[in-house]
Amino acid sequence: MSPPKGNIVSNEDIIAGLGEIVEEVAGVAAADVTPEKSFTDDLDIDSLSMVEIAVQAEDKFGVKIPDDELANLKTVGDAVAYIEANQA
Amino acid sequence: MSATRIPTRIHRPAGRLGSRISGLGHFRPDTVVTNDDLAQIMDTDDEWIRSRVGIAERRFAGEDDTVISMGARASAKAIAEAGISPTDIDTVIVATCTLESPVPHASTQIAGALGIHAPGSFDINAACAGFCYGVAAADQAIRAGTSSTVLVVGSERLTAWTDPKDRATAIIFADGAGAVIVTGSEESEIGPVVWGSDETHIDAIRIDGRNGTFFQEGQTVFRWATTKIGSVAIRAAQAAGVDLADVDVLVTHQANLRIIDAIAKKVIAAGARPELKVARDIVTSGNTSSASIPLALDRMRAAGEVSSGDVVLSVAFGAGLTYAGQVFLCP
Repeated sequence: MSPPKGNIVSNEDIIAGLGEIVEEVAGVAAADVTPEKSFTDDLDIDSLSMVEIAVQAEDKFGVKIPDDELANLKTVGDAVAYIEANQA
Repeated sequence: MSATRIPTRIHRPAGRLGSRISGLGHFRPDTVVTNDDLAQIMDTDDEWIRSRVGIAERRFAGEDDTVISMGARASAKAIAEAGISPTDIDTVIVATCTLESPVPHASTQIAGALGIHAPGSFDINAACAGFCYGVAAADQAIRAGTSSTVLVVGSERLTAWTDPKDRATAIIFADGAGAVIVTGSEESEIGPVVWGSDETHIDAIRIDGRNGTFFQEGQTVFRWATTKIGSVAIRAAQAAGVDLADVDVLVTHQANLRIIDAIAKKVIAAGARPELKVARDIVTSGNTSSASIPLALDRMRAAGEVSSGDVVLSVAFGAGLTYAGQVFLCP
């Protein structure tokens, strides 16, 4: 089995990292950023904040999150799964 | 035996060492349109608009407010402040993307309205980046020695090209004008322009066809402006040899308050002072495209927020997508 490429982050670390970003961008407590939460309905995060979150997540996790993919990330869990699947 | 042709030497005039802004003026139409006014005609509300774009109210052109008349009124103030006569002006440059018709262009019309006699005259359409491109052109012409007193105007009647019921654009775009007089100086008071564009987002802001209205992909533009324009501002300071810590005022194109804040954050993180004065004129003027920078700066000056001699870092960006920015000293 080949070793993981680059710096693969664990699921828990992605959730934690995303929580930090959401807190910084939207002022939502990181502890509230849990997988089942919907960004818009539960966390009250608007589309422009989603762009800011995506940009910071791109930097933090080394993934690309273009706007058309971002549109499909409805819940925190969706975002975590996307990041996990797309890490370099 | 053929004669050897002596090459023709083309003379270049001696230019000026630098240029400076010697007058600044603005004009806003009288009609105030609040968010509550807009909520009467489309599905929106004050809270939504303030949180998404940061606008509380904006000005809409009345019937008599045209790109020409608004530009002329702003120009008259800049001319008066510069202490010159209109006939001293040898070049008129108007940045606009909202003329009623493409021909004749705005600059000769504004020259005519002001009694400026036979200047070099051309318009710049670089959408919301137009004013910084215009200042660059003026600075370059003066330093090259081909102009000595340049009127640069940013004047827009965006509402004439906006669908009044389109929530994505009708809450943002507004009308107004700003103008500066640029003259030569022994020391450079306008830094070199940093300009460029991104041709991968040509469709992000556009008007389709003769009878079209503005269309904007908000998220695409937001992402581009918040990730790319901070570094343009930083490069403009570097190009001018100005330490970011010495910048007094940041005046970005007034596109969206959250974009302004994101750019300011980057500029401060790169070394500008935390107490950097940041133009947020969009709150009461809306997005006036190429008028927004001179309009914002003149209103900050009138409110006592900036002073003559302050180091201004200006950066404009918009449809194209294109950008331009430079440092200059506040008149």
